[in-house]
This record gives sequence, C-alpha cells and structure tokens, in this order.
Amino acid sequence: MSEVTLNIGPQHPGSGHFRLVVSVDGDTITKATPDPGYVHRGVEKQAEYREYLQNIPLLERPVISDSNGSVYAYVLAVERLAGLTVPERAQYIRVLMAELNRIMSHLYWLAIFGIFLGHSTMFMWPFGDREAVIDLAQRAMGTRLTYSYFVPGGVRNDLPDGFKDQAIRAIEFLEKRLIEYNAIFMKNPVFLQRTRGVGILRTDDAIKLGVVGPTLRGSGIDADARKDEPYDVYDKLEFDIPTFPNGDCYSRSLVRLEEIKQSIRIVRQVLEAMPPGAFRARNPSVLKPPRGSVYTRTEAARGTYAYFITSKGDKTPYRLKISSPSFRNLPAFEFLMRGSHLADMPTIYWSLDYWPLEADR
Amino acid sequence: MLDLNEPLASLLQVLVFPGLTFALIFVLFMVWYERKLLAKMQLRVGPLYAGRFEGILQPMADFIKLLFKEVIVPKQADKFFFLLAPTFMMAVSASMLALIPLSASQVIADSNVALLIIIALLSLSPLTIIVAAWASNNKYSLIGGLRALHQMTSYAIPMSFSILGIVLMSGSFSLLAIVESQRSSWFILLQPLGAVVFYLAALAELERVPFDIPEAETEIVMGWETEYSGINYGIIMTATYIKFYALAVLFTDLFLGGWLGPAPVPPVIWTILKTLLVVTLMMIPRGVYPRLRVDQMLRFGWTGLLPLSLVNLLIGLVEIAYLKL
Repeated sequence: MSEVTLNIGPQHPGSGHFRLVVSVDGDTITKATPDPGYVHRGVEKQAEYREYLQNIPLLERPVISDSNGSVYAYVLAVERLAGLTVPERAQYIRVLMAELNRIMSHLYWLAIFGIFLGHSTMFMWPFGDREAVIDLAQRAMGTRLTYSYFVPGGVRNDLPDGFKDQAIRAIEFLEKRLIEYNAIFMKNPVFLQRTRGVGILRTDDAIKLGVVGPTLRGSGIDADARKDEPYDVYDKLEFDIPTFPNGDCYSRSLVRLEEIKQSIRIVRQVLEAMPPGAFRARNPSVLKPPRGSVYTRTEAARGTYAYFITSKGDKTPYRLKISSPSFRNLPAFEFLMRGSHLADMPTIYWSLDYWPLEADR
Repeated sequence: MLDLNEPLASLLQVLVFPGLTFALIFVLFMVWYERKLLAKMQLRVGPLYAGRFEGILQPMADFIKLLFKEVIVPKQADKFFFLLAPTFMMAVSASMLALIPLSASQVIADSNVALLIIIALLSLSPLTIIVAAWASNNKYSLIGGLRALHQMTSYAIPMSFSILGIVLMSGSFSLLAIVESQRSSWFILLQPLGAVVFYLAALAELERVPFDIPEAETEIVMGWETEYSGINYGIIMTATYIKFYALAVLFTDLFLGGWLGPAPVPPVIWTILKTLLVVTLMMIPRGVYPRLRVDQMLRFGWTGLLPLSLVNLLIGLVEIAYLKL
C-alpha cells in the first residue's frame, strides 16, 4: 500500500481543535506534522488592552481545566512588578486552590486518556470523581471551572465556613478511589500493553526537545518549579516530585497519578497549617506598576507556565508573553510519532496532555 | 424443525419463534441490557425514561429515530454497493439463526453439517464489511475495513479449531447431536481451553472490546461504519447484534449443554438463561479493558489462540482415548 495522508482534526472526536497531518505507510506513521493555531485568539495582544485586574478572566480562558494554575504566574508577576505584599493566609489559600486544580486537571487527563484508549469506564470514573473536587471549588470560588479567584495581592474572597471538613472528606474519598484506579486502570494488562514501551522519550531527547511538566518528569528528570524556584509557601510544605525513568506513555501516566497523591498530601498540610488573617492586601483596583519587566514561572498541571510582562507605567501591560506547557511539548509530537503505529497515535498524543487552546492562546 | 407439509407452522417458526421476531426482540433487550450493565459498572444510571421499567424501550426509540432519518449516500460512494452492504450483512447474520437450535424442537433447520455452515457464514461476514468499506470510498472506512478483514480472518481459524474437539467427541456436526451428547457432562468441563478460545475468538469476530479495533474512533472515526447513517446504520447495528446473539446461543449449545437442565423449567428457558449468562460475560470486557492495537491483536490471534486451540484439540483426543467417550 502506498503512503496515505490522513488529516486528524481539526475537529476530530479525540484531538480537540487541532490538526495533525499524519502520513501512514501501512500501519506505520512516516510523518506527523502538528498544525496548531486553529483556536488562536490573540490572547497576548488582547491582554495589552485590558487593565491588570481585567486580564485575569481573559488569561484563564485558554486553560479552563486548570484555570488557577494558568493565572498563578500572572498574579505573581503583577505583584512583583507593582511591589505588592501578600498576606500569609492568601498564600496558603492560593497553594490550596492550585493543588485542587491540579488534581482536577489530572483526573480530566486520565478520563480523556480512557477515551483515547477506548476504555469507557476509565472515562466515566475519573470524570465522576472529579465532581468531588469541583463541588469543593464551587463552594470556595463560586464557579465550577473559570474561577478568576487569584488576584494581585491575594485571593478574591475568603474560604467559606466548614470548607476544611468538606475538603478533608473529598480528598479522603479521592484517596480511596486512587487505589481502585491503580488496580483497575494502571495494572490492567491491556493498558500495560498499549502504553508500556510506546512513545519512548529518552532523557537526553527530552532535554533537547525542551519538554516540560509531567512529560519531562516521565523521562526521569525531577524538574518542578515548585521545588526549583519555590513561590508563595511551597518551600514550607513537604512533598515529593515523582519521576519515572522509562520515558514511555506508561511512565507519563504514572507521573500524573503520583502527582495527584502528592497534591493530596499538600492539600492536607495546607488545611492544617492555614493561619487566620487577611485573605487580600488592600490595593488600588486599578494598578499602575512602575516601568520594568518581570518573568515568573509556576508549575501548572501540564508543566511550567510562565509569563513575561513589560510595564511602561500604564494601567495596562505594554507586552505580555505567555509560555505555555502545551506549546513547549509540541515538538515532541513529531519526534515521538515518526515510526510508530497509527494506533499508537492517540496514546502518544494524550500522554503528552496536549491542550490545543493552551498552545494556541 | 421445518416441515414442508405444514407451511403455516413453518412460516411461523421462521418469522416469529425461534426466528426473526424473537431474535429482534432479544436483540433490543440485549442493547438495553448492555447499556444498563455498562452504566452500573461505570456508576451511571443509563437509560431511564423510555418505557415503564428503567428505560427498557430506549433501543426501540433509538431504532425508530434512525428509521426517520434521511438516508445519506456520499457523493463519491458506489451507490449500489453502499446501499446493498447493510442488507448483505443482515442476510448473513440472520441466516445463522436458522441453524442454531433453542431446544430439540425449536430449530428451524438442522443439518448434519450445521456447524460447518455456521463457520462458512462467519467467514462470509468480513466480505460484507469490505464491501461496505470499499463502497464508502473513504480513507477511514477503508482502513477500518482492512482491519476488520485482518481481524476476522485471523480469528475465524482458532474459532473453527476450538470446536473440533467437540465435533470429535460427539461425532457429528449437527448441533442437536452435539447438545444431546452432553447429557453426561457439559463440554465446558471436558474442553475448558476450547471454551476460552471460542469466547475470545467470538469477541474478536463481533468487534467487541478489547477487539473493537476496526472502529477505533480516535484514529479512524468509526472505521468502516463511518459513512453510514440513519436506517442503514440501524441495519448494520442490528446485524451485528444478531450475530452477537447467534454466537452466544452457539456457545451455549456447544459448551453449556444447550437446553439441558432440570425438568420443571422448560428447555427453551434454559437455553435463554444460559445465553444471557454468555451475553453478560461477553459484555463485561467492555467495561474493563481498553482497546488492543491491531498488531498486538493479530499476534495474539496467531501466536496465542491458534496454538491454544491446537493444544485443546490434543486434549480432546487424549480424553477420547482414555475416557472412552
């Protein structure tokens, strides 16, 4: 059979709004060219016309599954630019919400991985269990996904009464479920066959391609902005950075499952150590930071999320640049898919946790 | 048994019981049962509103919806074969029903080569699929069709081999004789390996999880069914489920002693109960396993199931020699 070119996307049931042009020779992929940009909305340019506070809802839109993680670095950048101080309670609340969002995002990832592998139970269970965390988030932040909760100088509102008990109940429930996930999904013989040894990204290749987040940690490198450049109160908390050396889809899956456990650990500590006090510093609502540039990076669910902001002393940023983990992981597509089976394409695709909106911005 | 001296009774047998109408009702029940079973496994509710009991009429409602949809034939498709393929598929599946007995009296046609005809019909079904895939003139359909062809041809062989032991023991290809020879012991006890091979091969023949590779929706949309919609899709689905039902009854007759069971329950009910058990066992993998890859599936078929079916045949020969069956 001669070579056939398949267009996977841009509106394909699995891939999200993103096109992958795949050439197959029989069942072997000879070339896979990602074609991002289908959902590009010019977020960076739009941000130049909005005030610093107004930018928050805009910047979290590209990453609705991890909206706190995506604005965290922005809020830190604005604080550093404007020289704001953040009350300790607010720092704890932010860490708490960022970790809950990470759990949510990883459960979402696991669920969609089920779809990509044709495992419908793997889709339903994590998606249903994710509701426990979403309910929690909704009580604290008012909405299910797009919270606009982090603001320069703290968070938008304080935690409601009884939040701690509800949160403990939710994470205890999740811990129980994680044991079942491990037994039913991760140790499933067919799951092992489909993911082990598939899409191997060796350590040196991972460094050369510049991938970030769980993809990098799945190749055995313990790079995590929460440990490397601790922000807020991460340096006061105890947690591990899970890494797995094999670099295949299975390693990347295990990293994410293990990260949920570590996030639960962090949430526990934060709930215990949460001090009383103000949840937000008193700041003017229209910020006018002095001239200057700042670069901040945080560890969002998909990897390093970084902002570079330049201020000319106006109420809007002069330039705002987003470095999103999905875009950083894009080069791995072509590298990993060349020479693999067509049926492994979805596995490799989603093991990178690619989120087209986040990459296109 | 079909009797040409009583044309009306024969017609009723073909069209009502144990023929087409009963099979269609059973298939509608199976669709509902599968959705409900899967929903329970996945902590969902499943169909709930259509019908008085737990949405039992949902498959019927879905079928009626499909009936009223426009028949869309793609511009580039070969119209004649595109429209013929679902009927072809239905004919092949429904023919199997005639040969598979529900009880000693409830069988449309018994033949001393019934099992051979069923296997021949099973090997015909990949042909119907390749007709559908080719006539669709779509890349995804073609890839799905070729995958189905690979899968079904490589699993038809272990499936045929897995029942050879039974044929030797009962000394007949007639299903009535095979069931009658299980009076002393069901063949699943004598040929457990054969039952496992048959079960796995049947899953592959039916394109069920973990062998639903021809319809891998994340790579090739819906495989060879991609271009079908409306009632054509409905016919394809019905044909697939009739094949599912036929294979489940076949498994019951071959390995579970068919209609043999304690007296107060009528024989037909025994067959149906055992068939339901087999159907459940064939549905459970859908909630438990992801999809295999096409090369893994083929390797499993040729290097796993085929040797196992031969080992099973050897076990059968040893049993015949020593147990004086």
